[in-house]
Amino acid sequence: MRRWPAWAWVAFLASIPLWVRNQYYLHVLINTGIFAVAAMSLNLLLGYTGQLSLGHVAFFGIGAYTSALVSLGFDLQLAAGYTFVFEPRPVWLGFLAGVAVAGLFGWLIGKLSFRVRGAYFVIVTVSFAEVVKLVALNWVDLTEGPMALNNIPPVTLSLPGLGELTFWKKEPNYYLVLAVCLLSYAVIRRLVQSRAGRAFIALRENEALAESVGVDVTRFLVLAAVISAAIAGAAGGLYAHYIKIVDPDIFLFIYTVVMVIMVVTGGKGTLLGPVVGAVIFGILPEILREVARPEVQWIIYGFIMILIVFFLPEGIVPAAASWRKARAASASPLGAAGERA
Amino acid sequence: MDQFLQHLLNGVILGGSYALLGIGLTLIFGIMYVVNFTHGELYSFGAYMVFGVVAALHGNFFVALFLAVALGAVLGAGIERSLLRPLRGTSIDTTMLVMIGAWIAMQNAEQLLWTGVAKAIRHPFPEAPLVIGPVSVSWIRIFVFAAAILLIAASHLLIRRTRLGTAMRATFQDRETAALMGVNIDAIHTVTFAFGSGLAAAAGALLGPVFVVFPTMGDLAALKAFAIVILGGMGNFLGATLGGLILGVVEEMGAGYISSGYRDAMGFLIIIVVLLFRPTGLFARAERVG
Amino acid sequence: MSAPAAVLAVEGVEVRFGGLVALSDLSFIVREGEVASLIGPNGAGKTTAFNVITGFLRPAKGAVRYRESLLNGLRPSQVAERGVVRTFQKTSVFGGIPVFENVLIGLHRRGRAKSWEILLALPRVRQEEKRLREEAMELLSFAGLAHRREEPGAALPYGEQRLLEVAVAMAADPSLLLLDEPVSGMNPSETAGFMKMVEKIRGRGITILLVEHDMRMVMGVSDRVVVLNQGRIIAEGPPAEIQRDPDVIRAYLGQGAKRAGG
Repeated sequence: MRRWPAWAWVAFLASIPLWVRNQYYLHVLINTGIFAVAAMSLNLLLGYTGQLSLGHVAFFGIGAYTSALVSLGFDLQLAAGYTFVFEPRPVWLGFLAGVAVAGLFGWLIGKLSFRVRGAYFVIVTVSFAEVVKLVALNWVDLTEGPMALNNIPPVTLSLPGLGELTFWKKEPNYYLVLAVCLLSYAVIRRLVQSRAGRAFIALRENEALAESVGVDVTRFLVLAAVISAAIAGAAGGLYAHYIKIVDPDIFLFIYTVVMVIMVVTGGKGTLLGPVVGAVIFGILPEILREVARPEVQWIIYGFIMILIVFFLPEGIVPAAASWRKARAASASPLGAAGERA
Repeated sequence: MDQFLQHLLNGVILGGSYALLGIGLTLIFGIMYVVNFTHGELYSFGAYMVFGVVAALHGNFFVALFLAVALGAVLGAGIERSLLRPLRGTSIDTTMLVMIGAWIAMQNAEQLLWTGVAKAIRHPFPEAPLVIGPVSVSWIRIFVFAAAILLIAASHLLIRRTRLGTAMRATFQDRETAALMGVNIDAIHTVTFAFGSGLAAAAGALLGPVFVVFPTMGDLAALKAFAIVILGGMGNFLGATLGGLILGVVEEMGAGYISSGYRDAMGFLIIIVVLLFRPTGLFARAERVG
Repeated sequence: MSAPAAVLAVEGVEVRFGGLVALSDLSFIVREGEVASLIGPNGAGKTTAFNVITGFLRPAKGAVRYRESLLNGLRPSQVAERGVVRTFQKTSVFGGIPVFENVLIGLHRRGRAKSWEILLALPRVRQEEKRLREEAMELLSFAGLAHRREEPGAALPYGEQRLLEVAVAMAADPSLLLLDEPVSGMNPSETAGFMKMVEKIRGRGITILLVEHDMRMVMGVSDRVVVLNQGRIIAEGPPAEIQRDPDVIRAYLGQGAKRAGG
């Protein structure tokens, strides 16, 4: 992609709150942005290393819970009547802690599945997410279990000279989510277009060959898992401080499925794919909501997943790219030389 | 000690039905190399069929069981023919995505049809449990266990003693050679998937009356089936049988001695531990290298 | 004539699959700068030997030494780190990505950028990337694949895929290159081209160990031939000697019927 359209897109996205005054629309866009971050993180594993993390929502949830707990504070009854008290900390610190703890669990999963690939990796990640969900449900001392963590503080920034800025409204939250989106995109882009990213792709394409030319596949799988989990944790943190309530339902398997559908539909292993997928499946439910019950919406999601695999296995972004190339080639008799990305 | 015996008995009885689930899944994985995410939906399908026939149609409980298994197999055959056959030869990830899509669609169709409210299935067995010394067990559980054992034995005979079973095993060993020997691979796939689905439906039909029936009941069942398959080694019939029993016992013990909240976590901890120390499963023979 | 020093030493290696002995007490050496060939009938254990040397298989007994280091027990990537790189019997490229990217992955070892440096986009990362891309182009020209650089690996015709494999292996900067049946399935003119390539590789000071069935290729490029049969060595020497060795002839004649069929 050439430089200016990318900046034009950013400018367009940044301008949205200036002309979209409908708070509900902004809410939908914020949710879409949070899901876009999560989908991008999943894509790093699914699209680039080729390993389907079907427990991805665990990292999202861990980020949300950690960030919420650090900013709310908590106390734990330890043995012998001693109580560990954790005072509330600033939200930004909670957010970073969420990213770090999620990344740590990513490292753990990466290490744990160091010799498991394909189906086994999928099952390990699913199992991990279920265990985490059960912990969130049962460790009531820490997580409040099904009673949920309530009144999570919104993001607060203290700007020199301007005083405290608390993100109560939609607009600042929109910009916050947009900023995290762009940052995640930039991090992933840098990574996949580097030596490390090529190692991810090598694992996806041909693990034995990758090993034989000296790529320490396990090390790079762990790296991908850490970064992917950390970014998912960031998405979870955004969610916690925006929605302001976190309960164990955050770990519902269906959310992982939504992320997978976003990535697969948009185009796995492409930078823009998960973003395109997130926009489609962030906005689609709002349209479907008018005409169909949630069950019907999920049924439609299921069918979309099947249809995509059957008819558009590459996803929308690669399909659009090859369509554009073909059109350019036929439009200009001199060939597609000018259209090269 | 009495408590221990009671947990052990409950675990073994539960494990019998888990074994059915695991066997179905392990056959499908071993022979077709498909990670079947619809397995849990076949399980809840079986339970809902029994509920539907008994509650809505006032049918006989045992007829309902039979219908549940038979229709589960038919549904499985339908899934295989419509979704998996066209994708033969694609990667395992591709079929996995399709199965996930089918899973979501099926589960929500169930929710639409039966609503999210949990349902209890009426069964003809006496409520008073059978008491043997220190332990007691309800009659329905005894029936469920007996039926599960019967089905496992029948499956074993089918796979070991019939021509069909031989063809299935040959396909498992070496698909190309089996095809060369005249085995109709398409038919084997359909039969395998139908068979595995029938067993999953049977597990649901049997456990449905013991617990309650609700649309997402299949999720945990599917994940437990994965745990069993990993425990026993993918594609290993005996491994899945033992794996099912072990999971049943571990769950009961975990619920009894650790915390009932973590009952369902046992399977996943097993998965993680097994994959960490013995990725080929507990009962795998020496694996071919290469 | 004083022989150059041995760089690779396979010492008493034994490999079993279940109860089956695939290699028993295999020992041979490869000398600095030579082209050595490992030949033998199908199932003699040649690929197994490759797998042991490159860390894909662990031997039950014995040792593999390369220069100063012991290779057995190392993972394949660690073996590659020591300069021992192999190609595969069954064509093996990164099929879904462009040829140019294939070679870039091969250059992994020559990159030094750490993950944090990449995330911070340090200038040296960019410089390194530029250098790697130049090297990748150079290697593609070397393999005669420059015109194919944008095509996915899997889209190349068979002969060119085999060249790509070699280019990827060369990118990993080997000092010892193991080629597993590189010309199987090639037509005579492709084979002739490949033999020239082997000469060029050797011209770069790279030692080569070759497993091959095509005897014209083996006899044409090898300095020394090691003959393996049923997991053990039955003859060793320069090509001309091997061609006359009665044991070798017997081993191959015994396999004659089968070879003609396959």
